[in-house]
Amino acid sequence: MPVTAVGQSVSRKDGIGKATGAAKYADDLTWPGMLHGRTIRSTVPRGRIRAVLFDFDTTGFTIVDHADVPGSNMVDLIERDQPLLAVHEVRHVGEPILLLAHEDKEVLHAARVLVEYEELPPLLDPEGSEQTFKTITIDKGDAAAMAGADLVVEGTYQTGHQEHIYIEPNGVIAVPEDGGITVHGSIQCPFYALKALKALLGPDIPARVVQTETGGGFGGKEEFPSIPAGHAALLAHKSGRPVKIIYDRVEDMVSTTKRHPSIVRHRTGVKRDGTLVAMEVEVILDGGAYVTLSPVVLSRGCIHAAGPYRCDNIRIEGRAVFTNTPPNGAFRGFGAPQTEFAVEVQMERVAEALGMDPVEFRRKNALRAGDTTATGQVLREDCSALAVLDEAVRRTEFARKRTEYEGTDRAIGLSLFYHGAGFTGSGERYLKSRARLEVTPTGVRIATGSTEIGQGTRTMHAQIVADALGVPYESVEVAQPDTKHVVDSGPTVASRTCMVVGKILEECAVEMRSELGKLSPAEYFAKHGAMTVERMYEPPDWIRWDDATYRGDAYATYGWGCDVVELEVDPDTFDVRLLEVTAVQEFGRPIHPALARGQIEGGTVQGLGYALLERVVMRNGAMANAQLTNYTIPTTLDVPEIDVVMLENPYPGGPFGAKGLGELPMDGPAPAVVNALRHLGHDIRAIPATPEMIAASPVAART
Amino acid sequence: MRFTLNGLPVETNAHPMARLLDVLREEQRLTGTKEGCGEGECGACTVLVDGQSVCSCLVPVAQVEGARVTTIEGLHGTHPLQKLFMDEVGAQCGICTPGMVLAALALEDNPVPTLDDVRTALAGNLCRCTGYSAIYRAVLKWRAEADSGPHAAPEQASARHK
Ligand code: FES
Ligand code: FES
Repeated sequence: MPVTAVGQSVSRKDGIGKATGAAKYADDLTWPGMLHGRTIRSTVPRGRIRAVLFDFDTTGFTIVDHADVPGSNMVDLIERDQPLLAVHEVRHVGEPILLLAHEDKEVLHAARVLVEYEELPPLLDPEGSEQTFKTITIDKGDAAAMAGADLVVEGTYQTGHQEHIYIEPNGVIAVPEDGGITVHGSIQCPFYALKALKALLGPDIPARVVQTETGGGFGGKEEFPSIPAGHAALLAHKSGRPVKIIYDRVEDMVSTTKRHPSIVRHRTGVKRDGTLVAMEVEVILDGGAYVTLSPVVLSRGCIHAAGPYRCDNIRIEGRAVFTNTPPNGAFRGFGAPQTEFAVEVQMERVAEALGMDPVEFRRKNALRAGDTTATGQVLREDCSALAVLDEAVRRTEFARKRTEYEGTDRAIGLSLFYHGAGFTGSGERYLKSRARLEVTPTGVRIATGSTEIGQGTRTMHAQIVADALGVPYESVEVAQPDTKHVVDSGPTVASRTCMVVGKILEECAVEMRSELGKLSPAEYFAKHGAMTVERMYEPPDWIRWDDATYRGDAYATYGWGCDVVELEVDPDTFDVRLLEVTAVQEFGRPIHPALARGQIEGGTVQGLGYALLERVVMRNGAMANAQLTNYTIPTTLDVPEIDVVMLENPYPGGPFGAKGLGELPMDGPAPAVVNALRHLGHDIRAIPATPEMIAASPVAART
Repeated sequence: MRFTLNGLPVETNAHPMARLLDVLREEQRLTGTKEGCGEGECGACTVLVDGQSVCSCLVPVAQVEGARVTTIEGLHGTHPLQKLFMDEVGAQCGICTPGMVLAALALEDNPVPTLDDVRTALAGNLCRCTGYSAIYRAVLKWRAEADSGPHAAPEQASARHK
């Protein structure tokens, strides 16, 4: 079949709407008779609710509390522990207690509700928490082999919260229709929200979810929107009118999920020649007040915690714990940016302790095809750790600069990393994701639950279908994710939308082609009428995974990356200026090179923000700097252009050789920055590495 | 109170202290102008007032009395920069794009801007998706193309109500 769309940077399906401002996001939509909704939230980190008092004229208001819930008041996720509306107690600042709706926004926001609490002492230190949401142990060989090492290096590494800062805050509109409730909103996973709405509304009120154009997600609109969707649905159900809830920036920052803060401890034993003998890793994630997705974030974090290195003896022990802080949740990378930061700084320190060149040390230990990972997975030819390392080092003239920058304010550092694509272990088998292709009068339509959140879902799915079916890209339409009209393709997360859902679509297209014979879809439609092909995902049959022991094939494949950061530190202010950032990444094969480049550039810049700028200040369990003025993400002045290299190593299990890509670029920047700071002599073990921290960090003489 | 909106005269009954952003989105139903923060930090609400880019979330509508206001809708989808944002994938989720495009128009008088000029012009506009590089490519290409041919001139002129 001729390949004409795949591999080309065809024009985005949604480009025109976005460039002209015509694309409709949640807040751009209105319905006749629509009310505005508002959430009254806890102002204390832990307490019993004594009284809720209305200090306003309630005429014209719809007021909802937990007693108005027709079904279950618990968010239907991994555990059902999180109430949509607090009943007697609150466990974190920002916890929803009461909902108000009114047709006039100003009147709505002027309403004063007083909540009286009996305050209880909050648990804020994750290390002091004995309430564990999940523990994981990964054992390979025998970590006691550490005793035979020539040298043992220990270290503790910490990462802070990170806020998603999608530029469009959370927003939904619930509309009563056909005896049920339809929620339109900025939602990454419509079928997650649907499941939650069904549990909340009970069996008598049908629910439906429609994704509106979504102004960024990055995981922040993965599981979280079930809460505002549920709130708007409750208000709509009670009032019988459409209700819109749009968070303002402060509310979004204070109350919604963030990246889990982490504490990671390493002990690494090596031989004099640099051979890794044993690794012990302890991972602690602060889950916040409810479980959300913490168990799976911990899982991915632990699986990646030993880094892309060959070592026969590994023990990784992880736990996600409770604190009285807003629950943390999905964020691009999903646990791996935390643990890969730790292991990459640790490896740098091990090389340093050995007096070995950091590149040489990594080259010696990097995973190769035939090696086994921490879970015992034997890697195949799709392993590119050495390839990305060698290309990055060559391209940046790493060795030359490393020497040349000695004694200056400049430095260079790198990180080597990998990221498993798709759900962990047997996850894809349990998910049973589906995709559907429909013949239309003008071509074909893709009907999946995969959402476009900026990453290019519509475009690359259409490219895959166009080529697999042998039709022009322009003749492929992509349906809006509407749970009434599309099938559940699994969530749009975990770098799986191209590799997994794209693969099902490719198979649908191949099957459709054999049904069509020589006809084009439009000709077929004219002759025979509609036709649809629907298929379910079949993970590669060789995948073996044991959830109980954490042994086996954790992911069908991995993307590989090496980032190199060159920077300069102002000797007086300790401000860091990034000079050059190079990102060499292998993710199979790009379906759309410009979109893929955009994922790498954007993810790398998020990682640079994580490394240097993005600091969530928590005070008594609440984010104290919940404004874009005080929580800064990279602007045009903070980051250089990213030099992107895309290495190809087609993966036979993905559509046209593609692997997942979305999260990989997030894993590398932070350790590369900190390793560059180490090259200057700053011993940094926590991020964000602010000027204050750099100033306070011991400066060792450069070797 | 009157002002010119995308080349047409409009009258508003809004409170003089109402945010220009709200008047545009709610009264005039021009939803291409976005709200990302409401405090002048993100630039998603950028519009042009007499050719100058401003954050419409910070401007009381009284301040634009008699002025010419241009929103993304005022470019009619025909501005070459809009096409370049599509071609270069300067828009991912697209929520920052209207503001970015309008802020970039400040470079219209600069025939050969450097990368640093582009950075400075866009320093008040946050994008969380692209890491900015694709936006730079779109803007630099626009200036390079404008420099090498006069074909883009009419749209640019109308955008600025010259
Ligand atoms: S909404 Fe105006 S600057 Fe963010
Ligand atoms: S494209 Fe999403 S914020 Fe810029």
